[in-house]
Amino acid sequence: MRRNVEIVASCYHCGDEVTDTPYVMEDHTFCCLGCQTVYQILNENNLQSYYTYNVHPGKAQKSSQADLSYLDEPNIIAKLVDYQDTEIGVITFYIPVIHCSSCVWLLEHLYKLNPAIASSQVDFMKKQTSITFKNQEISLRELVQLLVNIGYEPKITLQDVVKEGKKINQGALVRKITVAGFCFGNSMMISFPDYFGMGVFEREYASFFGYMNLAFGIPVLLYSASDYFTSAWYSLKQRRLNLDVPLALGILVLFLRSAFDILNQSGAGFIDTLCSLVFFILIGKWVQQRTYYHISFERDYRSYFPVAVTVIQDHDERPIQIAELQVGDRILVRNNEIIPADAILLNGYAAVDFSFVTGESKPIEKTLGELVYAGGRQIGGAIELEVVKPVSQSYLTRLWNNESFKSYDKNFDTFVGLISKYFTVALISIAMLAALLWAFGGNADRAWGAFTAVLIIACPCALALSSPFTLSAALSIFDKNKLYIKNTSAIEQMAAIDTIVFDKTGTISSPTSSAMYFEGELTKMERQIVSSICRNSSHPLSREIVKWLAEDFIVPIERYAETVGMGQEGIYQDYVVRIGSAGFVNQSRMTVGGSVVYVSVNDNIKGFFTLEQSWRTGLSDVINELKKNSYHLHLISGDNERRADTLRLIFPEQTKLLFNQTPSDKMTRIEAWQHEGKRVCMLGDGLNDAGALRTANLGIAVSDDINNFSPGCDAILDGVSFDKLPRFFAFAGDAVKVIKISFVISMLYNVVGLSFAVQGTMSPLFAAILMPISTVTIISFTSLMTRWYANRRKLI
Amino acid sequence: MLIGCSVLIALLFLCAFFWANKSGQHEDTFTPSIRILFEDEVTEDDSSSK
Repeated sequence: MRRNVEIVASCYHCGDEVTDTPYVMEDHTFCCLGCQTVYQILNENNLQSYYTYNVHPGKAQKSSQADLSYLDEPNIIAKLVDYQDTEIGVITFYIPVIHCSSCVWLLEHLYKLNPAIASSQVDFMKKQTSITFKNQEISLRELVQLLVNIGYEPKITLQDVVKEGKKINQGALVRKITVAGFCFGNSMMISFPDYFGMGVFEREYASFFGYMNLAFGIPVLLYSASDYFTSAWYSLKQRRLNLDVPLALGILVLFLRSAFDILNQSGAGFIDTLCSLVFFILIGKWVQQRTYYHISFERDYRSYFPVAVTVIQDHDERPIQIAELQVGDRILVRNNEIIPADAILLNGYAAVDFSFVTGESKPIEKTLGELVYAGGRQIGGAIELEVVKPVSQSYLTRLWNNESFKSYDKNFDTFVGLISKYFTVALISIAMLAALLWAFGGNADRAWGAFTAVLIIACPCALALSSPFTLSAALSIFDKNKLYIKNTSAIEQMAAIDTIVFDKTGTISSPTSSAMYFEGELTKMERQIVSSICRNSSHPLSREIVKWLAEDFIVPIERYAETVGMGQEGIYQDYVVRIGSAGFVNQSRMTVGGSVVYVSVNDNIKGFFTLEQSWRTGLSDVINELKKNSYHLHLISGDNERRADTLRLIFPEQTKLLFNQTPSDKMTRIEAWQHEGKRVCMLGDGLNDAGALRTANLGIAVSDDINNFSPGCDAILDGVSFDKLPRFFAFAGDAVKVIKISFVISMLYNVVGLSFAVQGTMSPLFAAILMPISTVTIISFTSLMTRWYANRRKLI
Repeated sequence: MLIGCSVLIALLFLCAFFWANKSGQHEDTFTPSIRILFEDEVTEDDSSSK
């Protein structure tokens, strides 16, 4: 028995398989020159520890380098840096390749590579590095070049330039919580003697304790609870009743009544209850606001456009900012650069990859004089174009600048919002009724007592907490299952969805797993030759072909030549093999969809490879499951009807399958459904879905790398979890159910409390006990129930 | 008197928390856990110190 013992050498830097002639340096093999260079740089600077923390910490260096000359323009620099003066500059880069502790180590030891770097600090979760550098000794361009050289290329996009204060600052809320917590603890401590009964000696201090309590109550009322008063005031001004109205009312009445009691020396007041109430509802608010800071939901075309583009003026190449680009400018777009504005092709061979725009990864060839839309990525050589529309007016960006689109705010009633209207009215009428009854009974003191007690006890603290705690528990469960939801209210929206619309390319078809087919026949020898030729090329299709052929034996190829964007050729013995597009092998075009690569041997067409994207795993199960749960399903694709037949089989009969839809078509389609009273959820991926995602009641972006580009949306679904979609929808429904049940529970507490309150016999102790108990019950009930439901849906 | 002291100490802690919060201690809670694993100068300094 002979066995093939295969020793696969892996690159010391990135761990990739070393296929052809390896680069060797000091007993270590490297897959490419890039990886070797990184090793060399680190070695020269005594930074080998980089390799001790992790095996193969690097990322492959095979990609070509981008043009950085725009980083010398002072006005661009000024917009990129966080801070700069005559000596130092501080800049924060987003570096997507940060993935392990070695990365952190290396990036925080940059000062060893170049003394001009004062310090650098990494935020691992955000994949950001902020670098302080001496700008007399190192320019920004050199700094970026240094990072590129060691394999950490920062991603600098237009969104960095247009910095907007999007950061939600939780600092103020945290401070309010701490103040409330501080006052809560202290006033509780001071109130204890009163609750446990005081001796005669201690009675002397009773009024002192009362004033202390009052002193603790004032910052809570004025500082911690201030948001509730402003919110309540605004909602009253708009003649709407939100939940903050009864809350603010309760807080205010609590304080007034306590102040009245304390100053009159008629009782101990409810300051501790007030503090605990504010403390708990603020925590609820904090829980609700906590979102994923490391995932951006607000990305638009700017986060993907470059900062600058090369403009040709009088045979001179000069980088200018995208915003300064004018109609009539001649721009130069190199390999892998993005075309920033609608432009006409003047020179060069253009093969444009519109995958960000349409989700279709097949490069589209353009002929001279043809209009090229913005957003495409040039693949191949450099091209020259003339700008015909400014960046802000181009086909793609128009979507964002559309006014109706911008002002569109997702407005819908949450369950709590709906309830609070009735709740407030009911609460005030009960309070009035109780007060009137006692007043008619001739007991004015009791009337006042009952009135305030009702407002205090019925203060919807538990109600205000049930929804944030349930939804944030649900949020973390979705998070574990790789569905990242923007905020808690999106979950309630998700529960209300009845129509689900799918995009095709990239959404229900998987961009990573594609199936290769070969039509025609190749002999063993020809297979080996094709495989050997394709090995030389870094084109993704060539790699796919090598993988598909799976030939181990490599034959030496002579006169290998690759024509960028066309194909490649080579000679082995008497075989002249050409592999490439139809034009390259002199084949009249056949109407076959997908990416097609022809193979010709001695000018005879032997057949062609096609690459078809395959559906995501579990697609038909997902569709069936959703159909069973009586969701309306639709498909909108910007693509042609190439694979309509297979989709007909997967989707139920009444499904609308729409093809050849432009981005605005998609948007208007969804609006039309919404006018029919449907609640629409859109699943999409590319920029072409961005409008639809935004318009839909719930927009879910499907992405295979959550840190990659995804258009603005309400949720990001990792492609891996696509098969869990029906369960996600069901679970969102469960979460709303939990909110409703907990609402009933908090109502029960209110009824018990109210029955005491209307009699005007509520003691501070009673309030101090009832309030925390109801809060704790609601918090534990909601978290436990949510987990229980998640367990039932097999999501944890 | 004692109450005054206790409130004062509590106030001190409150200030300490504000300070920590403002200086960004709670902003990045993940990276320091990696950073602590790095040793100081693993390379040739070891041999010279022996």
